[in-house]
Amino acid sequence: MAERDTADADADADADSRTAADTLHRALGLTDEEAARIAEILGRPPNHLELALYAVMWSEHCSYKSSRRHLGRLPTVAPQVMVGPGENAGVVDVGDGIAVALRIESHNHPSAVEPYQGAATGVGGILRDIFTMGARPIALMDPLFFGPPDDARSRWLVEGVVSGISGYGNAVGVPTVGGELTFSPCYERNPLVNVLCLGVLRKEHLVLSGAHGEGNLAILLGSTTGRDGIGGVSVLASSGFSDAGADEEKRPSVQVGDPFEEKRLIEACLELLGRGLVVGIQDLGGAGLACATSETAGRAGMGMDVDVSAVPRREPGMEPFEVMTSESQERMLAIVTPADRAEVEAVCRRWEVRATVIGTVTAPLGVPADGGGGGDGTDAGGRLRIYDRPGGEVLADVPAASLSDDAPLYDRPLAPPADLDRRRANDPTALAPPADCGADVLGMLADSSWVWRQYDHQLFLNTVVGPGGDAAVLRLAAPGLPPSRRGLSLSTDSNPRWCAVDPRAGTAMTVAESALNVACSGARPVALVNCLNFGNPEHPEVMWQLSESIDGMAEACRALDIPVVGGNVSLYNESGGTDIDPTPVVAVLGVIDDLARRPPGPVFVDGTALVLLGTPDRSLAGSRWAVDLHGHRGGALPAFDLVAHGALLRLVADLVNDPDLVVGVHDVSDGGLGLALAECAVQSGVGCLVHGVDGHGELFSESPGRVVVGTTDPHEVLARAAAAGIHARIMGHPGGDRLVVDGLLDLSVAEATAAWRDALPDALGQPPAA
Amino acid sequence: MSTRIGVVVFPGTNCEHDVVRGLGTVAGESGVEVELVWHGETSVTGFDALVLPGGFAHGDYLRPGALARFSPVMEAVTRFASDGGPVIGICNGFQVLTEAGLLPGALQKNSGLRFLCTTVPVVVTTDRTALTGAVDVGSVLRLPVNHFEGNYICDAATLERLRDEDRIVLRYAENPNGSIDDIAGICNAEGNVVGLMPHPERACDALTGAMDGAPLLQGLLAASHARAALRSALAPA
Repeated sequence: MAERDTADADADADADSRTAADTLHRALGLTDEEAARIAEILGRPPNHLELALYAVMWSEHCSYKSSRRHLGRLPTVAPQVMVGPGENAGVVDVGDGIAVALRIESHNHPSAVEPYQGAATGVGGILRDIFTMGARPIALMDPLFFGPPDDARSRWLVEGVVSGISGYGNAVGVPTVGGELTFSPCYERNPLVNVLCLGVLRKEHLVLSGAHGEGNLAILLGSTTGRDGIGGVSVLASSGFSDAGADEEKRPSVQVGDPFEEKRLIEACLELLGRGLVVGIQDLGGAGLACATSETAGRAGMGMDVDVSAVPRREPGMEPFEVMTSESQERMLAIVTPADRAEVEAVCRRWEVRATVIGTVTAPLGVPADGGGGGDGTDAGGRLRIYDRPGGEVLADVPAASLSDDAPLYDRPLAPPADLDRRRANDPTALAPPADCGADVLGMLADSSWVWRQYDHQLFLNTVVGPGGDAAVLRLAAPGLPPSRRGLSLSTDSNPRWCAVDPRAGTAMTVAESALNVACSGARPVALVNCLNFGNPEHPEVMWQLSESIDGMAEACRALDIPVVGGNVSLYNESGGTDIDPTPVVAVLGVIDDLARRPPGPVFVDGTALVLLGTPDRSLAGSRWAVDLHGHRGGALPAFDLVAHGALLRLVADLVNDPDLVVGVHDVSDGGLGLALAECAVQSGVGCLVHGVDGHGELFSESPGRVVVGTTDPHEVLARAAAAGIHARIMGHPGGDRLVVDGLLDLSVAEATAAWRDALPDALGQPPAA
Repeated sequence: MSTRIGVVVFPGTNCEHDVVRGLGTVAGESGVEVELVWHGETSVTGFDALVLPGGFAHGDYLRPGALARFSPVMEAVTRFASDGGPVIGICNGFQVLTEAGLLPGALQKNSGLRFLCTTVPVVVTTDRTALTGAVDVGSVLRLPVNHFEGNYICDAATLERLRDEDRIVLRYAENPNGSIDDIAGICNAEGNVVGLMPHPERACDALTGAMDGAPLLQGLLAASHARAALRSALAPA
């Protein structure tokens, strides 16, 4: 008698309020076609709770319904890949019995509305994705994108986001070892806050998220459930921003973070996983319990009965749909055998973590109805059933896997911008050369330490190279891991300027740069994760950008032999109808086989020589010089050879690992050769004399695949470059207190250092660095 | 002879494994047993020295260290300290020691009102403590700091007493947080209880950048060995 037919139960109410029911799905963010599809799956109209479940699970954020069709083109297989895209995090075998779990996610829209909590909960969420896999989180990185820093609102966003990352990351006790900071008018109302986490585990401790085993218990761990974050994925993450007033109204959809709860949750979960007490585990992120229960059951092909009254709440009067879709932070769902329940509860008590049985794993797909409920020949297995109390009324009854597997898949129209040919023909090489290249170099120098000195970047004693270098370098060590001489190198990279000019080539170049950053620390790339931040997918040009970008990423990853092990897509990054520039962020993980010394880094050493590796180029399309200094967004990106780039990556890593040969190394990227040389001078306090640079074009070109190498034996470097088929020339020598590029540039190192140090605090209106 | 050092772990502590690693690195072959001590313990019997490491004990939501002082283990720590046992509080551990009344004064928010993670030069101002016995007075060490509330404050009478009794252990050569009299670390009258904001355990390995913390941890090891010798001498035969 408990199993009342939910469709009938709701039909009475629906008859009275047909109009309201007809529009409810739209208010929840579902289209009419999607609502019809839900009714088809259920064989009856959905009730309010069921509609709410589908609304969150079929949101763009959870279902990738606009991007999934394209993401399949990325290469994801390689011998080292243990877990590819689709799980909570990618997992890669890095040797010595150790695996690395890696994931990057966006928390853009919450951060736009409430920057401190938006960024803080972004950190919390990405940590849970990592320790869900059984990995201890050991590093965070945060690529951030804001509007121009002289704007009051941008400053409020920068301040809030950086404080949120600092406040949460430091307190939860995971070091933030790198990131990026980009300012551009396109992010003014829609900042991007991407967060990456890296964790390490013994290979055999890997745990996945399936709710296997009929009769096993679903235990909710961690925080109580409140009304914070309801509809976060559908209201916030899957629509754009219109005007300021509407943004403010979205603030209640932002969650609130508690890093102390998360710290205890990390320790409790890692102990549970390490002791083998968990069959499967999943974090509660977007779409909360609706997502965690349906995904764990769906992945295992099982069903689950959930008792919504058992969920501990932080406020009275919550409706079942609120409990099921709340995005309250610091919660995990563990699948545990009844025999292990007492031990699980004991571990949680020690760590002061709440543990509550809220459900049971039920029969798998393919079990016919037993006549107790449906009786109409429908599959009684694999159902997600939500009860109002144990043995009570069924509030919702849906095929668990349908919430994720049956999500709509859109083939949205895509079209290149109408003026593409005209834009590409308008090349910035036609711009007048600068009267003073030195002023342009000074204008681009900026030290980001104002940001990262607010982050603990040293905890765990693994940080060999922290923020501010080409790539972060970490020792491969953590409590419980076998000893290893290996190191990890990690770089996050993006270049919306390149991608605005040409999303396909721009994304390929971004991957190439990220891999080169890792090579500059002596590592070979082993995996890539991405966060694809784009505008409104209902705009054909945005879909074209996304599709092109994915193709460019696929081409580069195939050519460089780097598997994609995870990704996140953030769409609807727009405000007032204007889309952001396409902003694919990639993170390349590299492995250093013997981390015996600190990589030399971007420095000049007096008395050595400078070799420039890579083919010279004068193209300026998409460069900082053209876009940021001259507002010129046209032209065609330089042609570049991905196969040669692979050879360059191997050459650079080999050189860097030869301590007697190489004393400094820096890749040429943002700001071109001019900025690369200036950064080396500032970092070391040593000047240089460089010759043979072909005008401002070569000085500011961001053509990929060029590296400045400081060496004690330039002829040996030239010989090795020739053997690898890489163009190279001796371009000058470090020394003195001036940065001189013959005929183009003559700056004092002191002047460059002051410009570098003061740029960011000045731009943000902050006191100078201490 | 080996010695045992206990590293006290509150919920929210996060530097405990770093202290274990730092002490292990510094001890090398000479041997030290380092064990984690959960905050719920009521005894620290058998340890020759205790470290209260950095982190955010109990979340630090009220005030850093304000809740940790009520953890059961703190009574045992207090007895151990009054019995002359070496107790070192690093960063959050320093904050806990001031809240627990084992050291005077308090740590307030940095004058810049921001969290600060950087490396600063610090001058050793006394060698009579459980931490600085292996370092010459006047030595300048480059040590990592990592705190939001590291700005030491005390009343004028306390400051005068700290100066008169040679209880200022470390001073910043470049004050990063507004601490009164550039204080980076202090001790109790006997010198066995030391609190400091810098993290010596983060500077014990050339691969991660600095070695200047090692002499301080060596000082602690020496104090721990001395205590072990005393314990074995007093133990019934």
